[in-house]
Amino acid sequence: MKTLLILGAGTAGTMLANKITRKLDSRVWKVILVDKDETHYYQPGFLFVPFGMNKPQEIIRPKRKYVPAGVEFVLSDVERIDPGANQVILTKENRVIHYDYLVIASGTEIRPDQVEGMLDGGWQQNIFDFYTFEGTNKLANFLKTWQGGRLVVNVAEMPIKCPVAPLEFVFLADWYFTRRGIRNKVDIIYSTPLPGAFTKPIAAAHLGDMLEKRGIHVESEFNIGEVDSTKNVIRSWDDREIPYDLLVATPTNMGAEFIERSGMGDELNFVPTNKHTLQSEQWENIWVLGDAANLPTSKAGAVVHYQMEAAIENLLAHMQGRELKGHFDGHANCFVESGFNKGLLIDFNYDVEPLPGAFPMPIVGPFKLLGESVFNHWGKLAFGWMYWNLMLKGIDIPLPNEFSMLGKVIPESFDAKQTLKLQRGDSHV
Amino acid sequence: MSDILATVKFDSEGFMVDPNAWTPEIGKAIAAREGLELTDRHWVVINYARSEFKAKGQSPTLRAITKNTDVNTKEIYALFPGGPAKMAAKIAGLGKPTGCI
Ligand SMILES: Cc1cc2nc3c(=O)[nH]c(=O)nc-3n(C[C@H](O)[C@H](O)[C@H](O)COP(=O)(O)OP(=O)(O)OC[C@H]3O[C@@H](n4cnc5c(N)ncnc54)[C@H](O)[C@@H]3O)c2cc1C
Repeated sequence: MKTLLILGAGTAGTMLANKITRKLDSRVWKVILVDKDETHYYQPGFLFVPFGMNKPQEIIRPKRKYVPAGVEFVLSDVERIDPGANQVILTKENRVIHYDYLVIASGTEIRPDQVEGMLDGGWQQNIFDFYTFEGTNKLANFLKTWQGGRLVVNVAEMPIKCPVAPLEFVFLADWYFTRRGIRNKVDIIYSTPLPGAFTKPIAAAHLGDMLEKRGIHVESEFNIGEVDSTKNVIRSWDDREIPYDLLVATPTNMGAEFIERSGMGDELNFVPTNKHTLQSEQWENIWVLGDAANLPTSKAGAVVHYQMEAAIENLLAHMQGRELKGHFDGHANCFVESGFNKGLLIDFNYDVEPLPGAFPMPIVGPFKLLGESVFNHWGKLAFGWMYWNLMLKGIDIPLPNEFSMLGKVIPESFDAKQTLKLQRGDSHV
Repeated sequence: MSDILATVKFDSEGFMVDPNAWTPEIGKAIAAREGLELTDRHWVVINYARSEFKAKGQSPTLRAITKNTDVNTKEIYALFPGGPAKMAAKIAGLGKPTGCI
């Protein structure tokens, strides 16, 4: 028997297990799926919990429910990978699993310990995250009785998963406080290390406008150096200060610590990965999917969806000694909630930045890219259903895989050359 | 002083177009143009950025610099006021650092 070992049963690991077991001969291949957590979280739902738009129990399900028959599910943390010996050592009973192929799908986690002072004093008192189940629930409780003041939403450093989520948070906060009748008692400040609202210039301009219209103040190029809980201020490395009453933090996002223990990661524990084939840059029998990879595209569930076809094709090809023809183009898209029952969709890949236009989705009909409409909002809500019932189970979703320029409008003010240049020069530091 | 820069090609943001044309003297001249006088500590960062670029074809992020040299974040902000990774890349004759999406 040969072993395909998958580390991480989140979006990517679960999808892969479901899809690939249909393609592998079960008399030859044993598939093992390892995760340290028994519960699967629908992470986009974390955004809605603080505003009462999702109840906590709506966004969790047992992981085992999504493990296909014949696959062994192991509940354990990973001690380390020994890629030279083709084996993984688990923390549970020090079990050693020998693999023929390994898929790393351990995602990314927030690391509040990476920002000085963030865990001192104010953490989960008046400093919260909404990137974890625990964090978002505590924030929901806090907001219920909060009577207003300065709400500061901070992004510590890029990259973060779902890079628009903190922006969506401020849009929803604007809507939520309006609905509660206390919008005039709340100052909303969005502080980001980027030069503007988003990493990509055309989208940044659109989103920037939307923020201004809503009276949300943006502190750009703010690289947080410390949180001072005694004074309730955050301070940047270049000594700017932003006072807060409530700090909603998006701390540094990093890959799993076992990646570092295995000596396989970059400075943020993301695994160097070929951006088109999704094979590890260093080890030919290792593939890296989803947020765990160091790819220059967004870390998002939609990206996992777009990667899956190329990943499976290449894994099978490599197992059979064929050439790797699967090609991932960096395709990412995100439904952005903008409050007041509206949303917008941004869509891009390695080479094309997000453009306004309409996104062709055969069954559900076109979503407007980068424009607000009620329909886009339903895109996001509909996505939750698609996630549990189609995506995780490895059933195809009616989203075109290959990024298509159909329906996109390049703004007249951007000539192609300028767009390309802006894209390449896109950076936050 | 900036005579040495007369023949060097820069993009619209002041980054060298051809990293291979860089020399330490050019680095010093770019720094002077930015109002900086380079110390040994600056050179720790610049040399690391150059070697990373040679190995990987792109400028290192701030986090990579602070993780892989003995210069910490506080110090690097003091050495290169403004955006340190950007300024270090500029002086090292490299392209603007990317790597955030
Ligand atoms: C607030 C929020 C909003 C979001 N909104 C959107 C959205 O609107 N659209 C979108 O496309 N994406 C969105 N995302 C991002 C999306 O959820 C992730 O990008 C996606 O889930 C990544 O899949 P993954 O499999 O790479 O990682 P994950 O799904 O996070 O899975 C990683 C798995 O690895 C396991 N693991 C980690 N470390 C270990 C270890 N040491 N040992 C064993 N197991 C381990 C974890 O328990 C987890 O199950 C959002 C995320 C957040 C936080």
